[in-house]
Amino acid sequence: MKGNEAIAEAAIRAGCRLFFGYPITPSSELAEYLARRMPEVGGTFLQAESEVAAINMVYGAAGSGARVMTASSGPGISLKQEGLSYITGAELPCVVVNIQRAGPGLGGLGPSQGDYFQATKGGGHGDYHPIVLGPASVQEAADLMMEAFDLADRWRLPVILLGDGIIGQTMERVVFKEPSPVRTEKPWATTGTGRRGPGAKRNIVQCWGLTPELLEPICLREQAKYEKITAEEQRWDTFQIEDAEALVVAFGTSARICREAVMQLRAAGLKVGLLRPITLWPFPGKAFQSLPTSVRGVLAVELSMGQMVEDVRLAVNGRLPVRFFGRVGGFTPSPEDVAERVVALLDEIPAKKAQGVTA
Amino acid sequence: MSEKQVFSRTKGLTGVPFHYCPGCGHGVIHRLVAESLEELGVLGDTIGVAPVGCAVLISSYMNCDMQSAAHGRACAVATGVKRALPDRVVFTYQGDGDLAAIGIAEVMHAAARGEKITVIFVNNAIYGMTGGQMAPTTLPGQKTTTSPYGRDVSSAGFPIDMPQVLATLKGAAYVASVSVDTPKNIIQAKKAIKKAFEVQMKRQGFAFVSVLSPCPTNWGMGPLDAVKWLQDNMLPLYTMGELKTPEEAVASA
Repeated sequence: MKGNEAIAEAAIRAGCRLFFGYPITPSSELAEYLARRMPEVGGTFLQAESEVAAINMVYGAAGSGARVMTASSGPGISLKQEGLSYITGAELPCVVVNIQRAGPGLGGLGPSQGDYFQATKGGGHGDYHPIVLGPASVQEAADLMMEAFDLADRWRLPVILLGDGIIGQTMERVVFKEPSPVRTEKPWATTGTGRRGPGAKRNIVQCWGLTPELLEPICLREQAKYEKITAEEQRWDTFQIEDAEALVVAFGTSARICREAVMQLRAAGLKVGLLRPITLWPFPGKAFQSLPTSVRGVLAVELSMGQMVEDVRLAVNGRLPVRFFGRVGGFTPSPEDVAERVVALLDEIPAKKAQGVTA
Repeated sequence: MSEKQVFSRTKGLTGVPFHYCPGCGHGVIHRLVAESLEELGVLGDTIGVAPVGCAVLISSYMNCDMQSAAHGRACAVATGVKRALPDRVVFTYQGDGDLAAIGIAEVMHAAARGEKITVIFVNNAIYGMTGGQMAPTTLPGQKTTTSPYGRDVSSAGFPIDMPQVLATLKGAAYVASVSVDTPKNIIQAKKAIKKAFEVQMKRQGFAFVSVLSPCPTNWGMGPLDAVKWLQDNMLPLYTMGELKTPEEAVASA
């Protein structure tokens, strides 16, 4: 299946019955697939008049207790940021898919990871973070999409599935796993007081506190939630890092390229490993606390001008040199390009100088 | 001598004291919406969507579930609620800045889709909460903090007559324009608001009621002068009455 279609099908299997969206390349197959599929399962597909309207429809449906999603690409996601800020402020669960295209501006249709900052640092106004998942294959995109709804419900927070043009457009074999049968109760949802039994209190979905006395406690409560998520939800994958002297860090499509580079370098006798963040927020800082002492340097590889590398530097916290390699505009580096940078990194930091450097 | 109670608070309101300025129309219009929902027996099935602007606090007053939307987005939020819960009663309550400026796309498309929601549109020809700036509904020549020399139509354009605009859309089943300046008009406003909910409950399409309402504070007048100003200036400018009923909507479809 095509990535976009696998993500859409996974959403349906996870119990999502409402989709509000607006077409944009390279995510449009997602909407097209759901336009066909939602009526078959008694769900709703609605093509909104704008991305702004779509995310606010998501807000209304999420506030009413439904499993709901939208999907777009960079420029459309920018338009959704107002709504995402409100959704996090009102503590509503929903899933947002961003099949990134190259930016800034209207940019181009090629794969990119240039929306990393926007996705992981809040993206809209105010202090907040959505949970951000970065799949590296069509299979993983489908798996994470199912989990995204559970995570969103558990934490009452938007979950962003951050793919790119390659994840969305590539055709790969997919085996859909069984969705979790667990459904989080939503006693806070606006379903009508009369529908919740006699004497039910009014439910109010809102995200404002017009005085500092009202608002600060809300912000602090939400911050405590973000800290709990950071402690509990970090996910990452490693490949051949046990004895690695050079560590490549990459997510999504760039991680697939880097994995190939690691295999080539290993075949040539170089000790190289790959660390792949799966949750981009919370960033898996824990993974960097227990790196093998053999690691002499870190290379972050991205389809951007260097965004995740900032989180890598924070996680490494000065204990190791961190270098960056990225391609932009829709280009992807070849495994050979990455291998070349790894060799340069190892040449730059000779083993003897690494004495005393611990990870 | 025994006393007979002839008037009481509607169950549609929570009893929290309103925060609105003296002479503001929101209190009356809130009551009309609340009474309508109570009389129709649907308070327990209703989800209201609050705006940005003076009525942002409507959630405190309406005795039903409420959601609070971003500026202008109430019709999109209401669409999400209605599509998730099609058998509930869903309404938005929006000011003129919220609906006719930043939210004009959302209301136009909700109407075009025939979204089965009820929209209460309060037109006081000015931005209230932000302190009296020009709205899309500000009258030609009207002075506001951002049209200090009076609205100059050659640069600021003309006011938008929202009921007339929306009545052209086939998905709009009921469009009415009323005012809360006199007791007689308040009774007519109540009828229109109640009918707008009935149209939704019969799943006939999008229902819209525009309510002309005074804003003494931002117009810089006393409450009585504000009512007179509304009568002298707003009533002649805006199309009034029932612009479209479901029967006409079907006939034109």
